[in-house]
Amino acid sequence: MKTSLLRLWNITKVGLMAISRNKMRSLLTMLGIIIGVGCVITMVAVGTGASSSIQATINSLGTNFIMLFPGAATTGGARMFTDQSKITPEDADAIRAECPAVAYVSPGARTNAQIVAGELNWGTQVWGVGVEWPFIRAWNVADGDFFTDVDVRTSSKVCVLGATVAQNLFPSGDAVGSTIRIKKVPFKVVGVLERKGGNMMGQDQDDQIIAPYTTVMKQLLGSPRINMIYISARSAAEVKEAQTEIDSLMRQRHRIPPGQESDINMRSQEEIASTSEQTSKTLSILLGSAAAISLLVGGIGIMNIMLVSVTERTREIGIRLAIGAKGRHVLIQFLLEAIALSVVGGAIGVGLGVLAPYLVTRFAGMPTQVSSASVAMAFGFAAAIGVFFGFYPARKASRLDPIDALRYE
Amino acid sequence: MAGDAPVLEIHDLVKVYRMGEVEVHALKGVNLTVERGEFVAIMGPSGSGKSTLMNIVGCLDRPTSGTYHLDGIDVSRLDRDHRAEIRNDKIGFVFQSFNLLARTRATENVELPLLYSNLGLSTLERARRARQALAQVGLAGREDHYPSQLSGGQQQRVAIARALVTNPAILLADEPTGNLDSRTSEEIIGIFQGLNDAGKTVILITHEPDIAAHAKRVVYVRDGVVWRDERIVQMKAKPGQAVGGAELAAAFPFTVAPAEEPVREEVPR
Repeated sequence: MKTSLLRLWNITKVGLMAISRNKMRSLLTMLGIIIGVGCVITMVAVGTGASSSIQATINSLGTNFIMLFPGAATTGGARMFTDQSKITPEDADAIRAECPAVAYVSPGARTNAQIVAGELNWGTQVWGVGVEWPFIRAWNVADGDFFTDVDVRTSSKVCVLGATVAQNLFPSGDAVGSTIRIKKVPFKVVGVLERKGGNMMGQDQDDQIIAPYTTVMKQLLGSPRINMIYISARSAAEVKEAQTEIDSLMRQRHRIPPGQESDINMRSQEEIASTSEQTSKTLSILLGSAAAISLLVGGIGIMNIMLVSVTERTREIGIRLAIGAKGRHVLIQFLLEAIALSVVGGAIGVGLGVLAPYLVTRFAGMPTQVSSASVAMAFGFAAAIGVFFGFYPARKASRLDPIDALRYE
Repeated sequence: MAGDAPVLEIHDLVKVYRMGEVEVHALKGVNLTVERGEFVAIMGPSGSGKSTLMNIVGCLDRPTSGTYHLDGIDVSRLDRDHRAEIRNDKIGFVFQSFNLLARTRATENVELPLLYSNLGLSTLERARRARQALAQVGLAGREDHYPSQLSGGQQQRVAIARALVTNPAILLADEPTGNLDSRTSEEIIGIFQGLNDAGKTVILITHEPDIAAHAKRVVYVRDGVVWRDERIVQMKAKPGQAVGGAELAAAFPFTVAPAEEPVREEVPR
């Protein structure tokens, strides 16, 4: 046992010597594996990074979040999407009152406006919402307070600024307590929201102003319709139930018989999440399989070089066989050579695969996440490729006839 | 080693090659016995079966029929792996084209057979034996040279050291001077003679009568059989001159007519 271990080690050394003797060729052979392994790790890192950042964005929407939009309107048989919203603040009140699975409801009325604060001005969107909005979006004020129920009932001209708006209008940070003009109407700033960052579309969620919906509707819009309703279910498990309750309530209120298409649209956070998860999963698989193919090509490269090497070293094999090497010694020697090539290539590839995502994040600003599973998988796959593609040339070498091999020129 | 039994005992050895439909009878019943400590030259023109005989003696090939005992072991029916073991343990090969591994130091070349042996020697012990073998062929001090840094004669000496390092039962040299000039050839033959004097059994395959003349016994192979088997008792021929008489010169057109007749006697069969 000790003898055969010693001999295995000796044969390993022989194989490694052969690699170090042909450094350039070994490097070129490994290149396929290096690039393959590097690619797999990088691609998976980019895919994972993208999907986890999307996930984080979706989670930032709020808790058990449901959005209700006006849907397609059917007028005289012609079905069309229209800007004419059918939903009102009364719909929101009804949902709050009549749907037991719903925890929080807030109307959402939007307008775009140019904001003036002292000498500075800033174009942004103004959202009129209810007092429950911070709970639905899980979004708190960083400075000052959110407006109150009383503000909503009395249509007070108060507002809360998104972090980006506050930064642009009040660079010195004294936003709370100041007065701004939205479409020439003076509003008192009562608070500034926490910074939340971009949404899924890449829009800056901090670039908005939040005000009581009553005020926005009366002072800025002059319309009884609202753009959407923010809803939060009691729990994640009750999201589906809440959607069913809301759907039947809205049909009742808008007089739409069952079976006919509703005039509202609902999207839950879960639905958004699963759609984008599907997208990023597809992306990951696509990138991963492209990289896996390059790994396979790298393996074929190793086989190619090993076959050349076996032919080129036929005489050497003949000498070894003549002086007493058995077929399996030659097999092991060449197999180890192939494995060593792919393992060393794999190790360099891992280095590359860890470095590349870092550079992608650093210079392209894309979120990446190197997973240890992908590193292990790529490396293991590389080693397996060494065995798989090294076996055929190694077997070919081990089956050479010593007499023919010695005569080979 | 197996006592006083002949080191090599071949009985009625037949080798038939099948090349498609055609059967080629390379050996047609060779009988040959070599005692321990002999220095035998095997001669024969190309196509005589000389190479086939050498391949079988070297355990590189198996006979179609007949028996071959090497160092008391019947090796004529051994499989590939066992023949590899026999080659490693009992036979020291020296080839015409040296067959050293390029870009591999002299010591590493000499150590090579030990890597595959069943002895399980440590790295240090292998290196020690390799150095010893190199010293035996007069290459002490050149252990770390690469083949490309050595002359042809020196390379062949490394090859002889490699053949010696396992302390084999026979040294089997196939045209060992074929790639060397006459002066270096003399040197190499001198080494074989020295080794033989020290007790090594040497079997030399050659077609050069001058080289064969250094052996103690010459076996002529022709048409797949041992045609003549002569023991050279006394050698009078000078280098460059042929061994053998007019009869031999007729049989082997390449031999130069001998100036002096060496005294020989027929080996009893």
